[in-house]
Amino acid sequence: MEKRVTFNERWLPYLLLGPQIVITLVFFFWPSGQAIYQSVLIEDVFGGNSKFVWFENFAQLFRDNSYAHSAQITVVFSVLVAAIGLAVSLLLAVMADRIIRGATAYKTFLVWPYAVAPAVAGVLWGFLFNPSVGIIAWMLQGIGIEFNYVINGNQALLLVVIAAVWNQISYNFLFFLAGLQSIPKSLIEAAAIDGAGPGRRFWDIIFPLLSPVGFFLLVVNIIYAFFGTFGVVDSLTKGGPGKSTEILVFKVFNDGFRGQDLGGSSAQSVILMVVVIALTFVQFRFIERRVHY
Amino acid sequence: MVENRPFLTVLSHLVVLLGVIVIAFPVWMTFVASTHSQQTMLQSPIPLLPGPHLIENYTKVLTEGYGRVGSTPVMMTLTNSLIMALGVAVGKIAISIISAFAIVYFRFPGRMYFFWAIFVTLMLPVEVRIVPTYGVVASLGMLDSYAGLIIPLIASATATFLFRQFFLSVPDELTEAARVDGASPMRFFWDILLPMSRTSIAALFVIQFIYGWNQYLWPLLITTKESYYTVVMTVSRQANVVDGVPSWNLLMAMAMLAMLPPVLVVVFMQRQFVRGLVETEK
Repeated sequence: MEKRVTFNERWLPYLLLGPQIVITLVFFFWPSGQAIYQSVLIEDVFGGNSKFVWFENFAQLFRDNSYAHSAQITVVFSVLVAAIGLAVSLLLAVMADRIIRGATAYKTFLVWPYAVAPAVAGVLWGFLFNPSVGIIAWMLQGIGIEFNYVINGNQALLLVVIAAVWNQISYNFLFFLAGLQSIPKSLIEAAAIDGAGPGRRFWDIIFPLLSPVGFFLLVVNIIYAFFGTFGVVDSLTKGGPGKSTEILVFKVFNDGFRGQDLGGSSAQSVILMVVVIALTFVQFRFIERRVHY
Repeated sequence: MVENRPFLTVLSHLVVLLGVIVIAFPVWMTFVASTHSQQTMLQSPIPLLPGPHLIENYTKVLTEGYGRVGSTPVMMTLTNSLIMALGVAVGKIAISIISAFAIVYFRFPGRMYFFWAIFVTLMLPVEVRIVPTYGVVASLGMLDSYAGLIIPLIASATATFLFRQFFLSVPDELTEAARVDGASPMRFFWDILLPMSRTSIAALFVIQFIYGWNQYLWPLLITTKESYYTVVMTVSRQANVVDGVPSWNLLMAMAMLAMLPPVLVVVFMQRQFVRGLVETEK
């Protein structure tokens, strides 16, 4: 889409674009280029010399068991975050959509977790499950479950998933609710007149009509689980215990800053860039479909 | 509601109510913990109802910080967070509204290249290219400064797209009228376009304020002086202190203070918030 009426100025548009382009070049293209450049170099320990090694850094990553492990954890983590997050928020949205009285009050009480920083969300849930003072850990102990995320890797992963889902639930809820409210009431009424009960109406009409929103949210949630959860992981587990919660985006940071392995970390950055670009394209495809629909 | 089914209505209320309670529970426990003394917080189980030390704990963290000698008062970290959040929100809106204006209302060589250059920034979150971005900021001498906290985060394709989308929906007749009356492009921008964009600006402001306030990794990396620490990173940092027993009551008071401003913004600007969320995703 283009404007029919425009202004004729020679220098003004460049002046207006200037700030954004300069910032994009300096803080986006330059670092991204450097990541790609460094991913094909090996730097010696003292920094001074670096050697061009083609794809050695990548080859090393793919041979490295800890990278495969981290990738595997990331997949498990994002599937869990997306599945649980979407299921819970869909349930809440469908129920909230039925409610007429008090609906806005409920909505207000469900949207605010979005405003809590992921790092703070991690601290909150860490407190609830803290092995010595956590109230939920204490209750679990009461029914015979020993919950200690500080030493148990699976429990740590579960806790990170819970905190990440909690943080993202209001986002999913708002989009599902908007999707539900855009479904024409006449369709539901017609089905009701034909004798379809609430369950049948949900699965045969509402659920298929909601699927574009669902797909969109699925992609957004996977992107969130991949890249938006650094704060949750860092303040809850620091990737531990062992390496049981070291998701890829955390490993980039850990290897680059703590391990000082610039080449390896840059190679990981490049791989993640490819992943996020692929996901963004998928997201745009779905958005186009959503507009048609 | 298509038909009256009392049982289902009750069920809906129960499910949503349960959801609200489960979602609010962590924050309730945080609040409760922030109102007790350290002694109480070391006993198991910890209380479920607020205690009498609310004012004492909050005054302490605001003016002295976490309690150890030389720790940063939360008052200061809150101020830093506020500066950063406002800087990111205002900066982003300012640079993207003028670049969207240039892209929509002018024809000039290279226009599409600029458009795509901005578009690709949509794809790479700062976490992915964190190590080289740190290197760039360090070589520009922007570590430990507000400029370093704010400027690298304000290039954003989403805001530019939002404004572009909005400008495209503005009727051409307005532009024509302005041109007939001899208004310069900037005059048109200030007197017509900007006032018309205020709902989009408000929606975007809410989203970007939260984004700026909740930044964690970036301030963690580029600040080494305590006078530039933000509140979110201090909370997480103190939670992971290994020496000694953490003062849960003070830590949780800090967490409450870190959550309060963005949550209040969302609750009181809920309409703009919802609008901003839905529109920035288009």
